[in-house]
Amino acid sequence: MHAIEKILAKAAGKTTVTTGEIVNCKVDLAGINDLYLQTVRSFFEMGGKKVYDPSKIVMFLDHYAPASTIMQADNQKQFREFCWDQGIDLLMDVDQGVCHQILADKGLVRPGMVLVVTDSHTTTHGAFGAFGTGVGATDCAIIMMTGQLWFRVPEIIRINLEGKLPKGVFAKDVILKVIGMLGADYGVYRGVEFTGPVLKELNISERMALCNMTTEMGAKTAYIQPDEITLAFLKDKVKQDYEIFTTDPGYKYAAEHTFDVSGLKPQVAAPHSVDNVFDVTEYAGKPVNQAFLGTCTGGRVEDIAVAARILKGKHINPRTRFIVVPASKGVFLEAMAKGYIQTLVEAGATFVTPGCAACLGTHQGMLANGETCITASSRNFPGRMGHNKAEIFVASPASVAAAALKGKIVNPADYLE
Amino acid sequence: MQNVIRGKAFVFGTNISTDQIYPGQYLDLTDPDKVAEHAMQGADPSFVKEVKPGDIIVAAANFGCGSSREHAAVTLKTVGVGAILADSFGRIFYRNAINLGIPLVVCPGIADMVKQGDTVKIDLTTGDVTNDTTGKGATAQPLSPYVMEILASGGIKPMIKEQYGQ
Repeated sequence: MHAIEKILAKAAGKTTVTTGEIVNCKVDLAGINDLYLQTVRSFFEMGGKKVYDPSKIVMFLDHYAPASTIMQADNQKQFREFCWDQGIDLLMDVDQGVCHQILADKGLVRPGMVLVVTDSHTTTHGAFGAFGTGVGATDCAIIMMTGQLWFRVPEIIRINLEGKLPKGVFAKDVILKVIGMLGADYGVYRGVEFTGPVLKELNISERMALCNMTTEMGAKTAYIQPDEITLAFLKDKVKQDYEIFTTDPGYKYAAEHTFDVSGLKPQVAAPHSVDNVFDVTEYAGKPVNQAFLGTCTGGRVEDIAVAARILKGKHINPRTRFIVVPASKGVFLEAMAKGYIQTLVEAGATFVTPGCAACLGTHQGMLANGETCITASSRNFPGRMGHNKAEIFVASPASVAAAALKGKIVNPADYLE
Repeated sequence: MQNVIRGKAFVFGTNISTDQIYPGQYLDLTDPDKVAEHAMQGADPSFVKEVKPGDIIVAAANFGCGSSREHAAVTLKTVGVGAILADSFGRIFYRNAINLGIPLVVCPGIADMVKQGDTVKIDLTTGDVTNDTTGKGATAQPLSPYVMEILASGGIKPMIKEQYGQ
């Protein structure tokens, strides 16, 4: 069996599972985001009164942090009251940041767990050897009532990363290349495991970006076998016991792909789909109205650090806005302590509250008709960050910062001396 | 549950995201009737004016990819979409729509077989799909027994309520 299958088998109280089987799994932690008041509504519609186990529920007020309309404020109010009524202590209010970063920062994610959040990017937690998957509001309400949810045991694809990353090339470029080659629907219903020597060059932040973006190929979950890098990150953070599962030798993957990253250039997903991927140099010179750095994909300390490195002592182009959103309070504090925030504010960055911000086109950096944005977030669907006719280019944090500096798309390697 | 669904087709392309089915700027709405006012707004603003209860959506690959927003399923359920046929679906959207009792049918090649306004018929028990306008036919992937059970119950909420309601 694959490690993912072993996680599901244990959670289902079984010794083995097979691909395609429907299993009912106990969920170790279920997260709900503030966009989805429907979760609470579905809970009551299904006759729920008390949640199954309040210690296994976490509420994130992250997508509307802080509320910018009365309706958003009212939804968040109802979430807070639900938590207080139900004894849910893990209420992550509007000061805390994006759900996936909070889970990592606070040691709530651990290897071998089943983690379900009402957010599609829950695949991020494959970086820790967890089974992380996104579901909708009603599915999460079912977990609140019963402590469990059904899953189909997925086929698993192996993506083996060989070679050495060139200067200016990051995990984000690697995963964009992979999505460009395989397609936005290649991973639908399937799990994606990353293997290979490149992983040893990737810290947890980069691994989270890699797993996070598997959602953009439709994946159900992602996985990286925990190693010394994982364990060093988890040490002092995770209080609960955990089990690390390993894949049996001879496990047969549904498909295997090897990518050599040695000759890779920085990548960009051009409008309007994440698999519309090119070398960033193909779009060199394209003017950008907004550069956006942040979110669960590209708003970690390392991402802010590379931007500070590119912009230290310089100023962004006067025709470009540079919106920066630390992924969490923890990220914000660490970046502040390291001086990156000062550097970026002096360089002309506009900081907004840790959270999802403009990534989902609701507030804090919306795009107007005809504007172009380069973003370290995950998606460039029509209308994703504002007007339907805005153009969004998805790229690495370094590419975003370099574009902010020059006011146009450039090769970030040229600015990383 | 109706096992045979017949309706007028609205046809969409590849990778229609939940952002297009239900734009992010309306995510704070919670009343289904209000949510229904923005159905498919990001893909075809005229859809919501033209769709009638029982109409069918036909799409190419990866319909409903992207965000987990259940609003995307709620908006289509509330305007009365009778079924959705596509080459493939985004997996969270698939779960959300089935949970609300909308039949979702994976039928590779369907988008090439149907034009906007054609009348399409689907038999959920046999998987037979017919374009009644052209006479062409196709076979859909069978729905799993568990999915059929959810649809037969009118969605997952009545099932869970009966089993676990407190």
